[in-house]
Amino acid sequence: MKSSRYLLNDHPLTPSLARRDVADSPLLVKEGRLEGGVVSAALEPERYELNARPAYHFGMPRRDFFKVLGGGIAVFCLLDRSIAGQEAGRSGHWSGTALPQDISAWLHVNENGEVTVFTGKVEVGQNIRTSLAQAVAEELRVTPGSIQMLMGDTDRVPFDMGTFGSRTTPTMNPQLRRAAAAAREVLIGLAAEAWKVDPAKLTAANGAVTDPESRRTSSYAELARGRELAKVIPAEDPLTPAAQWKVMGKPLGKLTGREIVTGRHRYPSDIKLPEMLYGKVLRPPAFGASLGSLDASKAQQMQGVTVVHDGNFVGVAAPDPRLAQEALAALNAEWMSPPTQASSDELFDYLKNHAGTADERSGHAVGSIEKGLSDANLRLRQTYTVAYIAHAPLEPRAAVAEWKDGKLTVWTGTQRPFGVRGELAEAFRLPEDHVRVIMPDMGSGYGGKHSGEAAVEAARLAQAARRPVKLVWTREEEFTWAYFRPAGVIEVSAGLSSDGAITAWEFHNYNSGAAAIGTLYNIPNQRIQFHPVDSPLRQGSYRSLAATANHFARESFMDELAHLAKMDPLEFRLKNLTDERFRAALQAAAEKFGWGRTKPHAGTVATKDRILRGFGIAGGFDKGGYVATCAEVAVDSTTRQVRVLRVVAAFDCGAVVNPDGLRNQIEGANVMGIGGALFEAIQFQNGRILNPHFAQYRVPRFSDAPAIEVVLIDRKDVPSSGAGETPIVGIAPAIGNAIFAATGKRLRALPMAPKGV
Amino acid sequence: MSRVTELLINGVKHSVDVDAGASLLSVLRDDLDLTGSKYGCGEGQCGACTVLLAGAPRRSCITPVGDAARKPITTIEGLEKDGHLHPVQQAFLDEDVMQCGYCTSGMIMTTVGLLRVRPEPTDEEIAHYLEGHICRCGTYSRIIAAVRRAAKSMREARS
Repeated sequence: MKSSRYLLNDHPLTPSLARRDVADSPLLVKEGRLEGGVVSAALEPERYELNARPAYHFGMPRRDFFKVLGGGIAVFCLLDRSIAGQEAGRSGHWSGTALPQDISAWLHVNENGEVTVFTGKVEVGQNIRTSLAQAVAEELRVTPGSIQMLMGDTDRVPFDMGTFGSRTTPTMNPQLRRAAAAAREVLIGLAAEAWKVDPAKLTAANGAVTDPESRRTSSYAELARGRELAKVIPAEDPLTPAAQWKVMGKPLGKLTGREIVTGRHRYPSDIKLPEMLYGKVLRPPAFGASLGSLDASKAQQMQGVTVVHDGNFVGVAAPDPRLAQEALAALNAEWMSPPTQASSDELFDYLKNHAGTADERSGHAVGSIEKGLSDANLRLRQTYTVAYIAHAPLEPRAAVAEWKDGKLTVWTGTQRPFGVRGELAEAFRLPEDHVRVIMPDMGSGYGGKHSGEAAVEAARLAQAARRPVKLVWTREEEFTWAYFRPAGVIEVSAGLSSDGAITAWEFHNYNSGAAAIGTLYNIPNQRIQFHPVDSPLRQGSYRSLAATANHFARESFMDELAHLAKMDPLEFRLKNLTDERFRAALQAAAEKFGWGRTKPHAGTVATKDRILRGFGIAGGFDKGGYVATCAEVAVDSTTRQVRVLRVVAAFDCGAVVNPDGLRNQIEGANVMGIGGALFEAIQFQNGRILNPHFAQYRVPRFSDAPAIEVVLIDRKDVPSSGAGETPIVGIAPAIGNAIFAATGKRLRALPMAPKGV
Repeated sequence: MSRVTELLINGVKHSVDVDAGASLLSVLRDDLDLTGSKYGCGEGQCGACTVLLAGAPRRSCITPVGDAARKPITTIEGLEKDGHLHPVQQAFLDEDVMQCGYCTSGMIMTTVGLLRVRPEPTDEEIAHYLEGHICRCGTYSRIIAAVRRAAKSMREARS
């Protein structure tokens, strides 16, 4: 498949890995459609997210479940209502011998009343561990801190595609609430049975069921003792409406905060096993290079060192990390590099010239562009570009692998534990149930850790050394051998009528992706197309995918159109927009920012110290969230350096689950977005990354962080959407538009000012 | 090359047997399993590995362990006393700073060092002092708020 190469070029140990990236993404496609418009994900499956499901889900014997967990009450959450009905039977209690397929999560109240939630979602810094615990606490009437969240351990949690696409809050959160509500009803039912009263008269609170009339109380522990009750629930159980939330909707600090501030939390790179060795992998000098010859004799003579040479894979393992490094340095390899490869200097020509056939499914057309343009009084056409950038999670890829009795266990940092399990099973030709992947809460990912390179490499070394092996990628390896946010070229053209209405809109994205490629503005004639390209670099997901690139182009271009129409940029947007939630976000951000009350004009607002200031606004929609961002920038007319002084971000993701956690995500997304907006870019030449260090690849630091004000639009009447991604999409165009307002200079390439304006 | 056989960490003597040129970070993490100090870049560019050496913040990833011998070393594991968090640790919790938290221990160690020499820093001084640290999640403004809060609570404790 054409799309396969986007995510993963072949890893030497997993030759057919790319096959797994099949465009099977019903959730993302189905739910991308908006009322009254055409939009974003409806146009094109998210080709940069991995969505492959396993061929089969086999049941786990019920007996084993309670044997492992102990007695009590278990609730299994099913995606498919019809199965739930069949399995649950009249009593609502399920007594089959094997668990049904398609279970998304389960929850267990043990005989001590302790609550454990099992989910395949993982904690990567988005603080979902905390907000999911809030969800369960809300319905089960216990405190969030009392709930144990068991996440991302493939032997212990139900299959999950992965933590990406801002899907956890809209899908896992309601499922866990349903499971918790069902567990609460079971507990109430048990109390009612024991007391021979109507369950409707009983209440649950603080981990106990109470009969207000007789004032009898039973703790969950008392009710669960001696039971082995399992319940399978459908997806439509009633939930407590947002307006009545007592635990959700309120700020709650990170549940593992104390472990982190004391250094006790073990990230994947902190895992240590008895007898563990330390691994190192020999990297080729360039992408696509193959091993010509290897002289490993010196390394092999080192005490305790294991050298592995398997095709293009060469690695060492040693009892001491310094010795592993010495052994690596002692290897003498000759590599054959492919002839000339593309470089960042000619990147955008390359992308235009290597575009494949546009996929019909990823296109969208209404009306007639030709008619729309001929009806227009004003016409504009521009090209925007975005560079490859690196996720640069502060914890690089890391894994500890252990083989025992033919079974492989790997602790690793990934957003897709089950995906990595599949990679390992394939690489080592094992059945998936012989592989266990455990994902300790990791040092972030931002879409950059979907894959399991370090896991596969550590496992190969451990296999040869017959001891557990830990492998932690260096920063340079992470910058070079992970994957990048796709670069892209975006061409936009439009026509305007004399009153500022957009009559035609044509939008072509080459390579960077189709996420949020559609427009929410009311335009009668549209042609929108994504054009895949055989990327010169390995590329994949990045926070918000191509929504960042597409919003940069669209919202910069909207600003250009506003100036062409001689209209205020906010007024111009509102004139062409009826979507209520998007309008509300723009108006909320503008209000807080003071938009229109102070209006700087290009180049004219110069202070004594020759600092030019400008305001910019931008906004959009993606993954269920609406964002609007206002930015104030200062450009030093002498040094040409840009500083973002102030940002206001308004965000609507439905009913807010954890307001403070949400603010943190929005603040962080804007800071991260400043990097991609102003200075982050991967430079490469002939198969090498030229800036694989933090000293060369600049990321936002304290001095880059502006004052950020967040406006939360808490829509209690709308289901909650995810928020880890979408808040990033407004910042780059808002900054670009502000730079234009300050200097009169329009910047159409991300990053906009790596060396100043 | 000479060997280092003893390190004084968090007030406790630890026996080791490592090359004096080995990085302090590697010895802390791999030999002594004190994994609160993090590897982020190995080049002194991100600050995740910061420890206090004789009270001053140092990038342990580029500090040869030989330089740390015979000097008191404080790591993140050594800040909590008798179940009581250090005011800086407490402030990071109170401001709910953390997203992934991987940069946190380094940020806290540098802050402890900062407040020792500048008990009442301005926001600009805080940002300047912490400029060598990267929080990729972008929680900088919360970290500044936490440092401010810690300075205040330490000042109140003194008076």
